[in-house]
Amino acid sequence: MTMRFNDETFRGDYTFRNSPEAVRRFPFPFDQDSYMYSVNIEPHRKTRAGSVFEHRFDVDEHYVAEMRDRAITLERDPLRCQSLPHMELAGWDFLELVMTSKAEDYPELFTLNRDGDRWHWINRPLGIEQRFTFLDATTLPCGPMEYITRQTQGDHALLDQRDGNLWMDAGMVTAQADWSLDFDIGMNFFEWHAPVPKANEMGVFQRALKFLLNLQQGAPVRRLNWTMTVNPRLDTSPETYPEWGPEKRTVTPETVGAKQHLRVELQTLWRLPRSNAIAFPIRCYLCALDDIVTVPKWGRRLHRVLRDLPDELAEYKGFAVNRGVIVDYLARFDDGAETSPGIFPD
Amino acid sequence: MPRTEFSPAIFSRPVYPGLISQGAVPAIMLAEGAGAEALIDLALADASVMDRAHVIYIPARGDSATGARLGQLGAKMYHEAPSYAACLERYRKALADAHMGTWLYLAGSEGLIGQAAAEATAAGLPADAILSEHRGPVTRRMQCVHCKGITEEVATDPFTCAHCGRSLFVRDHFSRRLGAFQGVAIDAETPGIVPEPRSIQR
Repeated sequence: MTMRFNDETFRGDYTFRNSPEAVRRFPFPFDQDSYMYSVNIEPHRKTRAGSVFEHRFDVDEHYVAEMRDRAITLERDPLRCQSLPHMELAGWDFLELVMTSKAEDYPELFTLNRDGDRWHWINRPLGIEQRFTFLDATTLPCGPMEYITRQTQGDHALLDQRDGNLWMDAGMVTAQADWSLDFDIGMNFFEWHAPVPKANEMGVFQRALKFLLNLQQGAPVRRLNWTMTVNPRLDTSPETYPEWGPEKRTVTPETVGAKQHLRVELQTLWRLPRSNAIAFPIRCYLCALDDIVTVPKWGRRLHRVLRDLPDELAEYKGFAVNRGVIVDYLARFDDGAETSPGIFPD
Repeated sequence: MPRTEFSPAIFSRPVYPGLISQGAVPAIMLAEGAGAEALIDLALADASVMDRAHVIYIPARGDSATGARLGQLGAKMYHEAPSYAACLERYRKALADAHMGTWLYLAGSEGLIGQAAAEATAAGLPADAILSEHRGPVTRRMQCVHCKGITEEVATDPFTCAHCGRSLFVRDHFSRRLGAFQGVAIDAETPGIVPEPRSIQR
């Protein structure tokens, strides 16, 4: 397998594009024609060759550009990566998980040689070669979580487990759907989810937490979450809202297909062996509406979902202001035909 | 001033169940302004609560009468300070010196309770050893998510960040670590269009 990496940007001139292959493997999040919150957790096992569920940590054509974008965000705001002092061991656990998974799943791209605690890591796409001593942070250029998450697509939170709850005590967050790690670090599961409307009353978080507290090593789980983003921007943080906020008001019937992106998070959860923490990667996939509608099933379904979504959710997900334009655009691609079950293209 | 009853809010918003005497055990008590009344009520309910208490009180400017009443409750140590900043090192020392089984009683505004509880948690006091009661105005301690500066005693929504000058709206989302609510630019999408400020409701 050879992989081509795009030279593209997620800010400024926004040259991000999905190739036709990337569109086909986009994790479309709706398995039916309507949407409401659910716990929707399933085992994160190898599913469908070529899909984003094939490997434990999906690497795609955007890898190099996404890592470049992360580095820019961190230079501007180092507080996007934080780890409370007791979380270093969890950082090592996560580094081990990512390195071993990537080296096994993508041997052409990554190599890990281990001689006891003396490790040798090669990351070919990013041109990195590093020899270090496992569990000795002085042998890496930065902490273990920061080191590996600068080389792994998606945001990442490390959750400590104690007192019957999960605590967001470390994270690398540069591609988030409008939440602040700096504000939320140290919060428990209920606190950091507090701004989500409706789900609390529905008992979603109580059930999800109960499930996650019993998560077992070697049995990771996943779910999809979604929102809408104007322009293919990874850094939609509250910190930089004054930068991207005005762009939300530039959507017109002429530009909506190119500018409006469906933003999907592939969230996975992994029990870590030494720290008993949970790693929580939140991988972001972006797809312009113009590309979504190249899959007829997706165009029909997205139209129905967004048209019928409760106002409160459109407001929370931040696209209420553009909803009319989006739904009008998508209506042109909905001929009323039935859609097949499941998320994959027909 | 009676205890504040807040309207239902989101999960991260703290609740202040009120002070309940834990008896004659080691205690740190920190109160500000109208919070003194909560300590006075506490001592009226159980005078022994003061036997081993270190009381730190920050009176409202120009109010010497309330402190005089508080000082007569028989606390083991009683200290008055002109501001939270002025008593912070003393408070930190008290937390550092505290033994297992020490209780913390906090009373006053949301801002005082928030930052004092965050300080105590950082010092290693377990969360269930912290009692709190809200008294006084419903002003909020706000962190600007953009410049990270904290603005104290915010009474309106939106308000002006005391550091970067942006107009921020007041969220219910609260960080115990920072002891502050989150403020976000209200005109980020439409620069310059800022609604009339309204008083913050409970």
